[in-house]
Parts: sequence; structure tokens; C-alpha cells
Amino acid sequence: MLNQFTSPFKLARKGIMGMNQRNTGYISRYNPRKLYPLVDNKLKTKIIAQRDDVTIPALIGVVRTQHDIQSIIPLLHKHPGFVIKPAKGSGGKGILVITKQESGVFFKPSGAPTHEEDVKRHCSNILAGLFSLGGSPDVAVIEALIEFDSCFDGFSFEGVPDVRVIVFQGYPVMAMMRLSTAASDGKANLHQGAVGVGIDIGSGRALHAVQFDRPIEKHPDTDRPLKELIVPHWQRLLELASSCYEMSGMGYLGTDMVLDKSNGPMLLELNARPGLAIQIANGEGILPRLKLVEKMVAEGIERTPLERVEFSKTEFSR
Amino acid sequence: MSSRNIFYFIVTLCMLIGISMTMYRHVQFEVPWFPGEKRQIWSIEAKVEFDAKGESVEAVLALPLTQRGYTRIHESTASLAYGLSFVNDQDNPRAIWTKRTADGHQEMYYKVDFLVDPKAADIYQPQMPDTPFTEYPEPYFTAANHLAKQAEEVSADAYSFTRELIKALTDDAASKSQNTGLILDYKPKNRLIVDLLNNADVPARIVRGLQLEDGRRRQGITEYIQVFKDENDWQIFDLSNGIQGRPDNTLLWEYNGNSLLEVVGGKDSQVTFSMLLVEQSAQSAVAPKISEADFLNFSIDSLPLEEQALFKGILLIPIGVLIVVLLRVLVGLKTSGTFMPVLIAMAFMQTSLMTGLIGFIIVVGTGLVIRGYLSHLNLLLVSRISAVIITVIGIISIFSVMSFKVGLTEGLKITFFPMIILSWTIERMSVLWEEEGPKEVVMQGGGSLLVAVLAFLAMNNDYVRHLTFNFMGVQFIVLGIILILGNYTGYRLLELRRFQPLANRED
Repeated sequence: MLNQFTSPFKLARKGIMGMNQRNTGYISRYNPRKLYPLVDNKLKTKIIAQRDDVTIPALIGVVRTQHDIQSIIPLLHKHPGFVIKPAKGSGGKGILVITKQESGVFFKPSGAPTHEEDVKRHCSNILAGLFSLGGSPDVAVIEALIEFDSCFDGFSFEGVPDVRVIVFQGYPVMAMMRLSTAASDGKANLHQGAVGVGIDIGSGRALHAVQFDRPIEKHPDTDRPLKELIVPHWQRLLELASSCYEMSGMGYLGTDMVLDKSNGPMLLELNARPGLAIQIANGEGILPRLKLVEKMVAEGIERTPLERVEFSKTEFSR
Repeated sequence: MSSRNIFYFIVTLCMLIGISMTMYRHVQFEVPWFPGEKRQIWSIEAKVEFDAKGESVEAVLALPLTQRGYTRIHESTASLAYGLSFVNDQDNPRAIWTKRTADGHQEMYYKVDFLVDPKAADIYQPQMPDTPFTEYPEPYFTAANHLAKQAEEVSADAYSFTRELIKALTDDAASKSQNTGLILDYKPKNRLIVDLLNNADVPARIVRGLQLEDGRRRQGITEYIQVFKDENDWQIFDLSNGIQGRPDNTLLWEYNGNSLLEVVGGKDSQVTFSMLLVEQSAQSAVAPKISEADFLNFSIDSLPLEEQALFKGILLIPIGVLIVVLLRVLVGLKTSGTFMPVLIAMAFMQTSLMTGLIGFIIVVGTGLVIRGYLSHLNLLLVSRISAVIITVIGIISIFSVMSFKVGLTEGLKITFFPMIILSWTIERMSVLWEEEGPKEVVMQGGGSLLVAVLAFLAMNNDYVRHLTFNFMGVQFIVLGIILILGNYTGYRLLELRRFQPLANRED
């Protein structure tokens, strides 16, 4: 029983950041409260991303009122696949993914059929604020389904794998891929059972993989060795992530990106409170890297996004 | 950095205010640290008797006040068809019974409770009496002067002079001497001593005290000599042996040289005392003492009882909140909603733990099933939640009626559960079920219930209830602790397990 626990001193020595430290030392210190709506509201994020020419999935439509729901259905029938998400949702809650439709019936990534009524109800749930933080009224954002790059075939099961990069003061400090599994129901949330693969900042290669916070070697559903994973367009991904600092103004940011078959890396969403599992996926504590960046910023060194990416690639390469 | 200093200043301030308020309450008002502490209370009953002459009657009884060693906490009277008024004059507190006409034997009772209270001090300052010169006819005057002179020669001040005088008039040998025998025949000892003291310019008078002895009935009052050195310095002397200082277990009943009992329109009046030593919980014993205290004593004791009962519950909330903060910040338990567990714990306070737990699980479980059906009806969120609320009321009614029919009155307590909380819990759990499966529902629901049970155990603890209700300072201390916890950046207990594979990885 006791050997399931480790000592806090050992964790501190390894530079592992805990939840309390994340909350007070980084999130509340570096993320100005007034900028939260930009990040927490996916619609606003989309608008500033478009302003700054950051690549994002196409916006199909926005459902703002109960009345809009009726008119949105014909629009949806024009798109074979789409994603409906609450603008203010968190933790992947309330995201409905439709990958295909046949004669008026929508299908989820798992192949489960969903009817028009279910989609409408989902929209009205979103409007009522069921998924938003604090239950405030919300809007439903409908965006085009990403045709994900086949380079990840076998690494992900029934879902879009995404790349999360933690960007601290504009420097990409740590990265991981989140691969959906049967257990996570096609979602890329680690606490629901998605696999997290730590990615080397220098090369975009897999370092180490975990599921449910415990190390694994192979994808649980496809048995593909996770060590073989290499993220293509790595340089572009890092630049995209790094530019989110200027775009959002957030000092400590989780950037979630995907690789689209035709459009390359795309920003999916921003997260002002990125989780700590990325450390487990990387097999390394994040604090030494954050401290290094803090030291540079304190010395007044200023860099362009490209320079920051180069710095991170040399310093945080493993 | 200065904002940090302000933070530490605020925390220190909270702690200091909290601790000093708590200490003040404990030291000044003797509010005990532990519930169930016992205090001794003397319950004294004075019985006034006289024979009325058939005309208007006024009976005036001197009353005792809080004094060194004893705090007056409660008084009451009983008399048949008499008008009663209390004069709360510090120099001469008294009860006055009045009646237009009375005939025959009259009885009236005055009952007072005194708390044995080593910290109590005299709340009165007796007026120093004048020193009238009293001349006796010869040969008594010469004898008395001789006696006084002898005593004066072997004494240094007013007090030792008094002691010597009493000794000279009490001593076995002295009583045999002609001199003392002569004047004691002329005047009783108590009057004689006062006269001699006054003649020597020492202010003195006779006061009356009650010797406290458990279970005594129809006891009379004992006289003492009160001698003043100056305005603020006075002493009591025992007439029988000359011992200086108030004897133990003696309550001064009348100490201003006034009469003990005055009856107009009656004869053969007398007052006798009965007394009883009772043990009472310290809590209730000191309560009257607190409610009479000044504004410095910031306390809810001064509120009406109904509001006090309400506050008793409200003041416990910070304790529940503290438990939630501890479990979330230090342990890292997940709960559905930050303060939902406190609300559930508050409901447990009303229902008792087992009934509450079982009721909660039954209602939420049934609610989840019904909510599962409601989700098929394709309703809007607001009307769905409203439907859930009504369903919950239905479940609670059925549950109450059924348990009552079976003879379990405990089941009726389920009605204490706040409907809105139950409904919202059901709604969230249901969404959680749909989105993340039953496992997450059990995890989060179980986490919330676990925290709620722990919060309940803390809030329902006798000691905690006693402290939060009686010491407002505790609120400041809790606030200080919560502020400190808000500054904790260390690892949570469950993180030690979560990051264990990471920590043990060899590089």
C-alpha cells in the first residue's frame, strides 16, 4: 500500500509540478484573469486566431438561440462530418463528433447512430449551459471535421489524435500527443483513458507513453509500439504553438493542435489550465524548464516566436 | 513581494485576533474549552416571614450582588399577590414587596443562584461609614476606653487594632476579667466593637454574611465587622475569632450597613435561608453571566434563542468548508462541485448520518433512473431540471410515507434534504453517466459523499460545536488556516501516488 506512494522530496528533486503549484505559481501568476474569456470561449479563440492568421478548422456555423437549432439542421446535412462543441466547455465536455451521415442518420466515430433529435437536444443542452463552466448560457460552435493525417494510423483508435504543447511565456516547453482509445470513447482526454505520448521538443519523436498515469509500451487497441511515433511538420507545429502567446497574451498556456491531411497543423483550442499528466507522459518534471524560461524573462531577453522555438529545440531536446 | 507581506500580515492578524478573542472569552467569561465541564452553583432561597397587621404592607429585603468568589447569575421570587419591584442600586440593592392590605402570617421567597467563580470580583464599592463618637455611661465608658487602649498599644494599624479588640473580647481569659464582663453586659459584642472602633476614628460597621453549607435549611445570617482603612481598602473580620478576611464559603448578603429586612405593617418579621449546592454544566452556568456582559464581549449569546439556534448551524459551515479545503488542497480528492459536500453535510446534520446517507443514495439512485427516462423525452435543460425537482419531491414523499407506514419515523427526516441540491446532483450525475460512464459517477459521487461524511463528522463533533458556538475567535482562526492553505504550493497526497512511476523512473 505505502510503496504506491512516493515522497514529496523525491518529486521536488525531479522538478515535478503539483496541482497547487500550478494553480498559484503559474496559472494565477501568468494568466491575466481578463484574458480568460478569450481562451475559455472557443468562438472568441477562433475569432482572434483568424485575426492573427493562425490556422484553425473551418467554422460551419454558430447556434446562438434555441430558434437557430431548426435552421442549422439543413446546413449540417451538407457536411458529411462535423463537430459540435460548446463555446465555453471545458475538459472536452459536450463535444459531439459526427464522422459520417447516411440518409439523415448521423454516426459517431464509434459507429453508433445518432438521430437528428439527439443532435438538436445536444445543441439546446449546450445553449442552456449544461457543459459550460458555472452553468452559464452558452453558444454551440459547429466546425468542420478534421480529416486527420494518415501518418497516425494505428496510433489512434476512433478519434483524432492531437498534439498538446505547453507554451510558457511564448516558449514551447513540453509536448505530448494524445491518442484516443476504445476506453476513452474516441476522445483525447487522458483522464478518460486516452494514451499520452511525450514528444521530444527537439525532434518531434516519441519519448515515453502512459495510460491512466501508468507507463505503457503499445497502443492498447492497435498494439502498435508507441516508440515509433514521429510527429510530422514538427517545426510548423512548434511555431504555431509559440505564436499563440502573442495571440492570446497568456503566459502559461496549453495549445491543442491537430494535423489535417490537406491543411497541415491546425490550432484546435487553447487551454488556460493545462493538466499535469504531460509530465508523466514525458517521464520528466516540467519545473526545471519553466525555471529556465523564467530566468531568461527576468533577465529581460526578448525573442521572436521563431527564435523562441529554436531556443526550446536546443534547450529542451532529449 | 510586498503583496506577500500584506498576505502574511493579514494571516497573522486573523490568527492574533482569533486567538486573543478566544482567550478573552475563556479568561474573562470563563467559557470552558470543553463541553460538559461542570460548575458549582449555590442555589440560595431566602424566606421572609412576618405577621401582617391588616393594613398596607411593605417588606424590603437587602439583596446580595456579584462579589469576590461568587457571580450572581439568576434570581427569582415567589409571593402571593404581592407587588414586587427590584431596586438595582449598587449601594443598596433590594427587593420590595408591597400590598394594599394583608392579614395574618405572610411568607415570601427570594431565590438566587450564585456561581462559584474564583475570578469574580466585587462589583460594588461600599461607602465608607462615618465615625460617630459614642459615649457610654460610667463605669462602662472607662472600662471600654481601657480595653480600647490596651488593644491599641499592641496594634499597628486599623486592622490589627480590630483583631486585638475582638481577641480581647473573645479570649477565654479576657471574658473572665471584670472589665470585659462589665461592658459586655452593657452592650453586645458586635455593637461594642463598632463603637470602640468608631471612637478611635476607624470607620467600621456590622455587615451580614451567609455561611454556605450544602443542604442547610432555615439558617440565619451571620454578622461580621467591616473595617475600612481608606475609601478602597476594607476588610471583613469574623466576630467569633477575630480572623481577618472573608471566611471561605461565605456570601456577603448585606454590606452597606443597611438593614437586612424592613417590614412596615407587620410584626415578628424574620428572614431565614435554605441553600443547595448544585452541579451544572459550565455551559449553562456561565450563560447568564455572558449575556449580561458588555459590548466587548462580541457574542451571539445576546441574540434571541431562535436566532442563536440558527447561528449555531451557520457558524459550523466554516468548519465544513475547512474540511473540503483540506481534502482538496492537501489530499486532492475530487468532488462534484466545490461546496456541494458541505451542503450535503449540512443536510446530514438534520437527518443523522445513516438516515441521510441511505436516503441520499435512494433518492439520487431513483432520480437517476427517472432522469434517464426524461432524457429520452428530449426536453430543454431548464424544464428537465424542473421536472427532476418535482420528481425528487415525489420520491421523498413516497419514501417518507412508506417508512412511516413501516414504523420507521427516521425516514421522515429525509424531508430535511434540500430539494434543489438533490435535483442538481441528479442532473450532473446523469450527464456524467452519459458522458463518462457509471465508473466516473461512482468515483465523483463517492468522493463527494466521502468528503460530506468527513465534513459532517467534523461539524457534528461536540467539541467543535462547542468551540464554534462559544468562541467567535475560532472563525478568525479558521479563516487564517484557510488563507494559509490557499498559499500551499506543495504536492497533494494523491499526487504522491499519481507521480510515483515518474519519480521512480531511472534516468
